[in-house]
Amino acid sequence: MGDVFKALADPTRRTVLDELQERDGQTLFELCARLASRHGLSSSRQAVSQHLDVLEDAGLVHRRREGRFTFLHLDTTPLRAIAERWPPTPPEGPP
Amino acid sequence: MTSIHVDDQDRALRFYTDVLGFVTKHDIPMGEHRWITVVSPEAPDGVELVLEPAGHPAVRPYTEALVADGIPFTAFAVDDVQAEYERLTAAGVAFTQPPVAMGPVTTAVLDDTCGNLIQLVAM
Repeated sequence: MGDVFKALADPTRRTVLDELQERDGQTLFELCARLASRHGLSSSRQAVSQHLDVLEDAGLVHRRREGRFTFLHLDTTPLRAIAERWPPTPPEGPP
Repeated sequence: MTSIHVDDQDRALRFYTDVLGFVTKHDIPMGEHRWITVVSPEAPDGVELVLEPAGHPAVRPYTEALVADGIPFTAFAVDDVQAEYERLTAAGVAFTQPPVAMGPVTTAVLDDTCGNLIQLVAM
């Protein structure tokens, strides 16, 4: 669980999750192009790969090998523990 | 003139002409392999793409490392990435990236079936 918080603490890693949310199953190349062109993030491919390692350790990203390619997939399951520990306040009903 | 390494010249020539739509310009026997170039039908006297045999031992580790991370070997300019994506997908071409707006350009990435990824790009 601590890993999830650490993974989410970094804004670049949150942007990675945003982009994978928009389209799941990206190559590292596509992700890097999105970060650079849409968010002005100039992280090197190696730096992005290291961010992905942190996200993968936290269970938020899975790397899937398909033939000669590797695709990145988002998994929001670990976030469920956050909502279970601090459930959203239910909307107030009519008095 | 520019070149791309292909792991099978016959398959590459078929893919680049029958599927992508290039036109054969040169096809000259050179011992074990051939010297093959293709051109765009819109620019027969323009840039020639050499379909180079990928026999050298340095080629495979290089191209495989690019492909594993989804990095295109080169890019071809097209008028409409979305239209090409639809045409080529219908022809059975596999894309590792569908058309995505990347700032001022729209790009997509396809598998050329002979060892490389190719980016389609439109301004």
